[in-house]
Amino acid sequence: MTALRLGIGLAIIFAASYALAQGAADKRRSGTQDMSDALQKMQEDDAANPGMLFVQLGGQLWGKATGAAGKSCADCHGDGTSMKGVAVRYPAIPKDADAPVDLEGRINLCRTANQQADSFPPESRELLALAAYVAHQSRGLPIAPPDDPRLVAFRARGQDLWKARQGQLNLSCAICHDDNAGRKLAGVAIPEAHPTGYPIYRLEWQTLGSLKRRLRNCLAGIRAETYADGAPEYVMLDLFLMDRARGMMLESPGVRP
Amino acid sequence: MSNVLVNAPKTAKRGSSVEIKALILHPMETGFRPGPNGRIIPRNIIERFTATWNGTEIFDMEMSLAIAANPFVSFFAVVSESGTVGLRWTGDEGFVVEEQIAIAVE
Amino acid sequence: MDRRRFLAGTAAIVVLPFGPPFGTASATPEAMAAAIRKVVGDTAVREGRVSLDLPPLVENGSTVPLVVSVESPMTVDDYIKAIHVFNEKNPQPGVFTVRLSPRNGRAVVGTRIKLGDSQKIVAIAETSGGQFWSASADVIVTLAACLEEAT
Repeated sequence: MTALRLGIGLAIIFAASYALAQGAADKRRSGTQDMSDALQKMQEDDAANPGMLFVQLGGQLWGKATGAAGKSCADCHGDGTSMKGVAVRYPAIPKDADAPVDLEGRINLCRTANQQADSFPPESRELLALAAYVAHQSRGLPIAPPDDPRLVAFRARGQDLWKARQGQLNLSCAICHDDNAGRKLAGVAIPEAHPTGYPIYRLEWQTLGSLKRRLRNCLAGIRAETYADGAPEYVMLDLFLMDRARGMMLESPGVRP
Repeated sequence: MSNVLVNAPKTAKRGSSVEIKALILHPMETGFRPGPNGRIIPRNIIERFTATWNGTEIFDMEMSLAIAANPFVSFFAVVSESGTVGLRWTGDEGFVVEEQIAIAVE
Repeated sequence: MDRRRFLAGTAAIVVLPFGPPFGTASATPEAMAAAIRKVVGDTAVREGRVSLDLPPLVENGSTVPLVVSVESPMTVDDYIKAIHVFNEKNPQPGVFTVRLSPRNGRAVVGTRIKLGDSQKIVAIAETSGGQFWSASADVIVTLAACLEEAT
């Protein structure tokens, strides 16, 4: 009994010190930490975070029967709490498929395959609202990409894209967000670009938007050609970024300037 | 589909002043911005936001082009009796949205 | 990458097309003074009692949180009946007006505003006795790099 207690005690001490060491060693910063107090407060207060308007809308869509099958998300999945832990492990490879999809892609698969409805268009309010509703269920959980060996090659391709110089400015994602993160660009801190809050309510957009939209902004920023809607490059970059942010806390719906 | 998010305490002490926060989905288009085709997007804003307590007006806000998209408003109200707070947004293009929230005296 | 090349790149990013919340139209300090005069008439506006809470440095002018709080007992005999907020450089000088009564208990209102540029914001509170109190704040609006091209 005493030995057991001692064992548990030691285990707790070990776990605590391990967590402390991890915390101290982890220098990664979510974009939230670079925002003003005013914007951090806006994100943290559910009554003030405009992204919560979309979460609410997503919750309503969740329960609405649609498509030829006349089924709602809730008919198969129950209430939204069943989605806890899902957003932190996407992109992933769906059953019977051989390529990864992101969370929005997964929602659209459900639409077409199970509800027999049309896909939601990219960046549509409905798609973003459902993605926000699902992601919100995982708020506070650590990002935990799956250890699916089939993802390794896709992730590596994402990393290659991240490091590749492109566009008229001949910059790569890595030059800004790895090599120069934390330094100022036009008076604003360059973030480390961790996908901790997607879909995000970006003040510049004055609406909710996906990681794909953010990536397009970056590509346009370095004057590179953006990938087409639905291009696999977005999912590969998403895979790489989620792995790079492994263990960081999901904040969805995030607010960003 | 509700496009507003209203937050207030469900119960409060009689005589206390509680904060009510309201968010609504709306573009607050200024009428000064060009759209994708280069033409100006017509003005489309919420002009007025009012609140009532059991039917009596307690808050009235005149908005302008300078209110941010998806307007957020917070204000206070004295809980004199259990009641219903009625919120109403009106604006361009016949925009009218109403929402109610109940607050009970503890 | 060498430093010069990075700086050259960043300079080019800064001049990317971006859309300020309001095109080119703009109010002026004079227009703001005229709008304030319209509200207060010939009554003197005194500084004090009003606190205007705005971030001094704004990352994006499209959504700037603002709270106006006015010291007042908010009783039937002495309350704040209106709060007016003005700006110097947006297309119109008036930002918003709220009307209050003792039923509010506290003369505090929060919202989010658009600021097309760095400028001065003025809040004026009108008491039930017909006095005007004010506060002002200067806000610097920085523009984020790599903005989405105006669509």
